[in-house]
Amino acid sequence: MFQNIGEMVLLFWRTIRALPLTWRQRDKVFDQFFEIGNASLLMVAVLSFFIGGVLTLQTGPTMVERGLSNYVSGIVGFSVARELAPIMMAILIAGRIGSAMAAEIGSMRVYQEIDALRTMNINPINYLVLPRLVAIALALPMLVTFSILVAWLGGAVVAWATTEIDIPIQSFFENLKTMVELKDVAHGVLKSFCFAWIVGIVACHQGLITRGGPRGIGRSVTKAVVNAIVLIVIFDFVLTRLFIVLGNAGILK
Amino acid sequence: MNPPTTTQQGVAVQVRGLRRNFGPQEVLKGIDLEVMPGEIFVIMGPSGSGKSVLLRHLIGLEQPDAGEILINGESIESPEVANKYRLAMVFQSGALLNSLTVGENVGLYLKEHKLKSPDEIARIVAEKLEVVGLKDTEAKMPNELSGGMKKRAAIARALVIEPQLILYDEPTSELDPLSSVVVGEEILKLNERIGVTSVVVSHDRDLAFGIAHRIAVIHEGNIVALGAPEEVKRSRHPIIRDFLHADFKHERPNL
Repeated sequence: MFQNIGEMVLLFWRTIRALPLTWRQRDKVFDQFFEIGNASLLMVAVLSFFIGGVLTLQTGPTMVERGLSNYVSGIVGFSVARELAPIMMAILIAGRIGSAMAAEIGSMRVYQEIDALRTMNINPINYLVLPRLVAIALALPMLVTFSILVAWLGGAVVAWATTEIDIPIQSFFENLKTMVELKDVAHGVLKSFCFAWIVGIVACHQGLITRGGPRGIGRSVTKAVVNAIVLIVIFDFVLTRLFIVLGNAGILK
Repeated sequence: MNPPTTTQQGVAVQVRGLRRNFGPQEVLKGIDLEVMPGEIFVIMGPSGSGKSVLLRHLIGLEQPDAGEILINGESIESPEVANKYRLAMVFQSGALLNSLTVGENVGLYLKEHKLKSPDEIARIVAEKLEVVGLKDTEAKMPNELSGGMKKRAAIARALVIEPQLILYDEPTSELDPLSSVVVGEEILKLNERIGVTSVVVSHDRDLAFGIAHRIAVIHEGNIVALGAPEEVKRSRHPIIRDFLHADFKHERPNL
């Protein structure tokens, strides 16, 4: 496990050093970006709409009962922007895209395609890892922004359509505007940027160290998803704590 | 990643005291050999004798536990070697990138190193594919090709590099006799045309004696014979005799 962390840090560092070569790999970045967006957009929309909806359903009736209906949209908006959208989308992308990355690179490793690249003096990090990481680091924050907006919409529709809550859509968004600030969305998006690197690095690393045949590929895919989710949850705590500390110090307001 | 700088064809390869273990298993037990520039050098031996591992060391895909490999006197582990000399390898499975078309695979080296314009790459790819008898297959995906076609596409990919050293890992395995002859002839033609140094790993006796300038026979990580094909044929070493004269001894019952 510790050896894996060391190797992942090294892979991260090598990818950072290769970043100036991104423009040369722009076609591959675009392909990957399209793949991530195309594969996930509908799923993100459905998931986010229902997360916003269920959150409203859970909190709305109790709060309305206590005369706190003005705060329903604030609670839903705040929790979606800061926590639920970034973590749910990161887990979704770890399952959908991280697994595909690990499988593709793993199979290239097993079937000697990566060795073939090396014999052609083509660096596998520049050719395979860099475009995937840049694409996921761009795509996930965008997906999270989209997810936040759709979740708010889901919350508003459910608040309006549920008789126990019965808040008009316009009032839901007006209250949301007074309680949720742009920095809350920015925190969520910033977190998702970090999660994107975690998903990408873990998946590419597992792909690159794949051994054996199809069973080895399967093992790498499972490890890529499970390890990424564990690291996302740990980093979620660390980043949230960090943002609070920085916020209190006046650095991140 | 600059393109290689030397223009001369055929490099010399020296292997000195090469040892490699995989866990407790000693796969290479101190190999010493020298391949001359422009030579076709065949490494023969039974399965599991360590010949493919030796080949992977020759191009720097594996690091030895002891010993060294020199390309024109420079260690293969030096990053300079990859920039200075054009080296290529034809893998047993072909190792074509499955996500790319045959044309993209063959032109990959030129495209990634930005050595030619897209039009020129297309022209060179078509030319090399024609050389290996795969004309008009640029748009096909690797999974649409037979085993023999994949190998020939892999040879075309190696040809694009205009290599000074080309390594072939079991180039005729899984091929029918006719395709084996075609691949063997390609290796010979390439050697005659551009004077490339070729190292071929194979247990195909017909191929080895048909194309080799010199043959090394490897057994359990040691070289047991090294010389011209006729010398190896005449060897009285029991392992070589067994390997070269292996045949069915089963007698059919009279019906």
